[in-house]
Amino acid sequence: MRRLGLGALALALVGAVALAAGPRAGLLLAIGIGFGLVLEGFRFGFAGPWRQMIAEGDPRGLLAQLLAIGLTAALAFPLLAIAPTELIGAHAPVGVGMVLGAFVFGAAMQVAMGCGSGTLVNAGSGNLIGLTVLAGFVGGAFLGTLNAGFWAGLGQLPLITAQSLAGPLGGLALTLAALALLAGALIWRAAPGKRLPPARLLWAAGLLAALALGNLVVAGQPWGVVYGLGLWGAKLVQAVGVDLSASAFWAAPANAERLRASLLTDVTSITDIGLILGAFLVMRGRASPGAPAAPLAWTGYGWVLLAGLVLGYSSRMALGCNVGAFFSGISTGSLHGWAWFAAAFAGSVLGLKLRPLALVPARQARMA
Amino acid sequence: MTRLSRLTIGLIALTALGALVLGDALRSGLPQPFSFPAALALGSGAAPSGAHCTAN
Repeated sequence: MRRLGLGALALALVGAVALAAGPRAGLLLAIGIGFGLVLEGFRFGFAGPWRQMIAEGDPRGLLAQLLAIGLTAALAFPLLAIAPTELIGAHAPVGVGMVLGAFVFGAAMQVAMGCGSGTLVNAGSGNLIGLTVLAGFVGGAFLGTLNAGFWAGLGQLPLITAQSLAGPLGGLALTLAALALLAGALIWRAAPGKRLPPARLLWAAGLLAALALGNLVVAGQPWGVVYGLGLWGAKLVQAVGVDLSASAFWAAPANAERLRASLLTDVTSITDIGLILGAFLVMRGRASPGAPAAPLAWTGYGWVLLAGLVLGYSSRMALGCNVGAFFSGISTGSLHGWAWFAAAFAGSVLGLKLRPLALVPARQARMA
Repeated sequence: MTRLSRLTIGLIALTALGALVLGDALRSGLPQPFSFPAALALGSGAAPSGAHCTAN
C-alpha cells in the first residue's frame, strides 16, 4: 500500500513538472527517477565495485558496469549516426587537466564513499555522509567551472572518438571489443567464485542501459550528473548577488542561457533531481529502510565535506564524472571516457589508502 | 551525536531540493508553454540545446 502511494507521488510529480516545464522535462524526471530506482533498488554502484576490485579482486560489479556501457553503446552509436543533428555524444578531448582531474576524482570518491551518481543516491536514501558530500559536491562543481579554462589550457589532444577512428559501425566494434577485452582480463584475474556478476547486477545493467538510451533520445544528449550540480551552485551564488558575467564558463552562450533560464529547462538538473527522488522512494518503500549509517566524528564530516568539494571540482577538471565521462563517454565513443577510467581507477587505489584517515567513526574519536 | 533516521535525512535532502527549485522558479520564472521543446529530441529536427558535463 505504501509503495502504491509512493508510486502515485512520483507520477504526480512527473505530471506537475510536465505541466510546468513541458513533456520533455516530465519524461526526463521519470527517467531520473528510474535511475534512482535502479541504482538504489538493485544496489548498483560505481565506487563500491571499484573498491571491491582493488581490495578483494572481485570484479563482478565492475563487469556489470562494463556490460551496461556495452549495451548502451550498441544502440547509442547507431542512434548518433542516424540523427547527427539531433543527438550528440559525450565527447571531449583528452588533456592534462582532464587526466589529473579524473585521478583526483577517483581518489576522492573512495573517501566520500560515492561517485557522481552514488552521492545523489546516498543523499536521497537517507545517508548523512552522502548528504554532506552532496553539499560539498555542489560547491566544488561550481568552483571548478571558474577555472575550467585554466585546466583546459594545460594542453589537450584533438578530439578523438571511436567514430572518428573507424566510422560509426567500426567505432562501435572497436568500443565493444575494448570492453570485451577488459572484461576478459578482469574475469581472468578474478578470485575464484567471483567471476560472473549475479543476476541482480545483470538486470540492473540492462535497465540502466535502457534508461541511458531513453535519456539520449529524450534529451538529445547522454546521461550526465555534474553539469547540473555546478549549475545549482552557480544559481545559489547568483541568488546572493554574485555577478557571474565575468566568468568565461558562465558567459559562454549555452551556459549563460542555462543560468538565466529555469532549472527545469536543464536536462541534467532534472535527471539529478529524479535520481535523488528515486533513491528516496526505494528507501521509503522498503519494509525496513535499514539503520542509518554509523555517525562519524565531527572531523570526519569535515573530511567528507572536503572530499565532496574535491569531487565536484575535479569532476569539472575531468570533463565529467563516472556517469558523464566514464559511462556516457565510452558508450558514445569518446576516447576521454577510457582515459578517465584509467586515471580514476589509479586514483581509487590512492583513495582507499586515505579512506581510514578520513572516515573516523564517532565512537573511535571519543576513545582517542 | 544524535543519529538521525534515514527518513529524516532523505526528507532534508528533498526539502533542500524543493527549496532550490522553488527559489529558482521565483527568480527565473517557469518556461513559457509555447516554447516547450518537443517531447523527444530524436525526430524533433532541432539541435540539442542542453549543456553536458563534457562542456568546457
